Amino acid sequence: MRALTYVEALNEALHQLLEDDQNVFLIGQGVTSPWYVGSSCTGLIERFGDRRVIDTPVSENAVTGAAVGAALAGMRPIVEHPRLDFMYYAMDPIANHAANWHYMFGDHLFVPLTIWGIINRGGEQGAQHSQSTHALFAHLPGLKVVMPSTPYDVKGLLRACVYDDNPVLFVDDRWLYKIKGEVPEEHYSSPLGKGVVRRKGSDITIVATSYMVHEALRAADDLKDDGIEAEVLDPLTIKPLDVDLILGSVRKTRRLVVADGGWKSFGAAAEIMARIGENDIVRTLKSPMVRVTLPDSPAPASRALERYYFKTSEDIRREVRKTMGDAE
Amino acid sequence: MTRSVGREKLLRMYRTMVTIRTVEDVLAESVAKGEIGCPVHLYSGEEAVAVGVCDSLRTDDWIYSSHRSHGHYLAKGGDLYGLMAEVYCRQEGCSKGRGGSMHLSAPGVGFPGSSAIVSGSISLAVGAALAFSLKKEERIAVTFFGDGAMSEGVIYESMNLAALYSLPVLFVCENNLYSTHMPISKCLASTRIVPKARAMGVPAYTLDGNDVMKVDRTTRRLVERARSGGGPAFLECLTYRHRGHVGPNFDLEKGLRPQEEFDSWLERCPICRLEKSMLEEAVASADDLKRIRSEIKEKVVRSRDEAKACGWPQGEEESDFSHVFRRPEA
Repeated sequence: MRALTYVEALNEALHQLLEDDQNVFLIGQGVTSPWYVGSSCTGLIERFGDRRVIDTPVSENAVTGAAVGAALAGMRPIVEHPRLDFMYYAMDPIANHAANWHYMFGDHLFVPLTIWGIINRGGEQGAQHSQSTHALFAHLPGLKVVMPSTPYDVKGLLRACVYDDNPVLFVDDRWLYKIKGEVPEEHYSSPLGKGVVRRKGSDITIVATSYMVHEALRAADDLKDDGIEAEVLDPLTIKPLDVDLILGSVRKTRRLVVADGGWKSFGAAAEIMARIGENDIVRTLKSPMVRVTLPDSPAPASRALERYYFKTSEDIRREVRKTMGDAE
Repeated sequence: MTRSVGREKLLRMYRTMVTIRTVEDVLAESVAKGEIGCPVHLYSGEEAVAVGVCDSLRTDDWIYSSHRSHGHYLAKGGDLYGLMAEVYCRQEGCSKGRGGSMHLSAPGVGFPGSSAIVSGSISLAVGAALAFSLKKEERIAVTFFGDGAMSEGVIYESMNLAALYSLPVLFVCENNLYSTHMPISKCLASTRIVPKARAMGVPAYTLDGNDVMKVDRTTRRLVERARSGGGPAFLECLTYRHRGHVGPNFDLEKGLRPQEEFDSWLERCPICRLEKSMLEEAVASADDLKRIRSEIKEKVVRSRDEAKACGWPQGEEESDFSHVFRRPEA
């Protein structure tokens, strides 16, 4: 099978969705600009025109609300935000409107909306251009949150988000864009709410999300040198979470480290650990659960501080070794 | 003037306005008696806006409304019993008792819901208009909001987008002079609303919102313009809510509004004005109007009694609130 980079797979997914379905359209900031969205939107405006590929002014609130309204009126819009940081302005249409509408009006209406939010951090961008706020959105009852990590999944999951009848936050990460992997040419959809085992192992379970999946896989490779076989799970969707997959693995390994690119408190890692904590499996654990996350601090600009702020495979490896009882 | 509108249409608008007023009066009693628990924002006094605007719309045009939505729902053709049962938060309510008074819906007649966040549904209407435009359907979207929404940021973003993309959307501002308890002069540094819309590139007009024929005439022109690709428009309708911000009272007892102001607006009651001109021009007799009012009263009270007798929503499937997400169709 041919290999594509993650961003090529994302671009192909967008082309295929716009080609297949007149109800799909793309709207957001910088969708025709190379520096807002990398090369993910290459060729779209030329092929589908500015009515279906709408580059908007910086009006996150109204643009997102308009996408919600268009979804209610029968379209399947993809509304793009070049950084999750900018989406705070769009909280009201997402949290109060999109996420509530189906329930609040007695199931008569639904919002088939994909909110494409991009994490774009590092590079000394500082506190307002670096955030990974996926957990904040996952807290809302009526919103699904998807976090692809590979070229294969970004293509299949974007399609699944667009064809889900509910609002879905599709969290994309610019650090994934150059990763290569096999991607089928055909149009396909990956199921929402289903995680995958990225690497089998028997000693410890590492649940990792989005970019941290790759850090976890690197850590697992390094851990072989320590004689530790780590199992790496990738939930792919953090809401609804594939709890059965995680319980199954932890039942076997009886140890858990969670690696997530968000903040520590009340985050995705906290939720994953809580799912173990409220299950009888917790009684069988050989050591306390551990999370590798961002510290509860805004992102710094200086590269000297970024080194400590963003976590890597080394941090995961160290925590795994501690959990395994190998005091450094 | 009145006769040129046509007898049938005048009577139709009159019936809808009286229905709205009667519903609000009956609900006010129920709230006062403690039969209704959810917050109820009554529309009495503003009927000419909803009815004057909606009479020009087709069933497949969409309107969005706010927390004060009973009038818009009824004017667009929403089912009376569905409203009553919803305000009573019962199983057979139009939103199955999950929405209450502030969240009525009637998607079959172009009322896809109302938002209780001030200015919250304005951008949704812009989005509906965007969808209609992309699908090349000759439908339009209307959003109703109060003067309070003029101090929210999203309305300016929304108007800019609508003008930028020339979308078929009508912004209807019901300027009733108060944002909850606050007079407009304490909310807006400049209380002239129309220039704000014009500054966003949206043609805007102020009119007497208690004159249903004027509202109808202006709306008809703007709706046809929007429908034929002429872009958005903004209507500021000057009106007054008879009841207080929320509940059955009048906000006079709390000292929030001066008695003289209240009295002067009662004299300009939109229903009394329509009745007066219908009588003057012999469109209907006093007996006709009396008969209509009593028929409507009977119907509304019957509907209210049925709603009271309706059961409460049952626990969700397995009591797990499983209707949050829409499931794939089988």
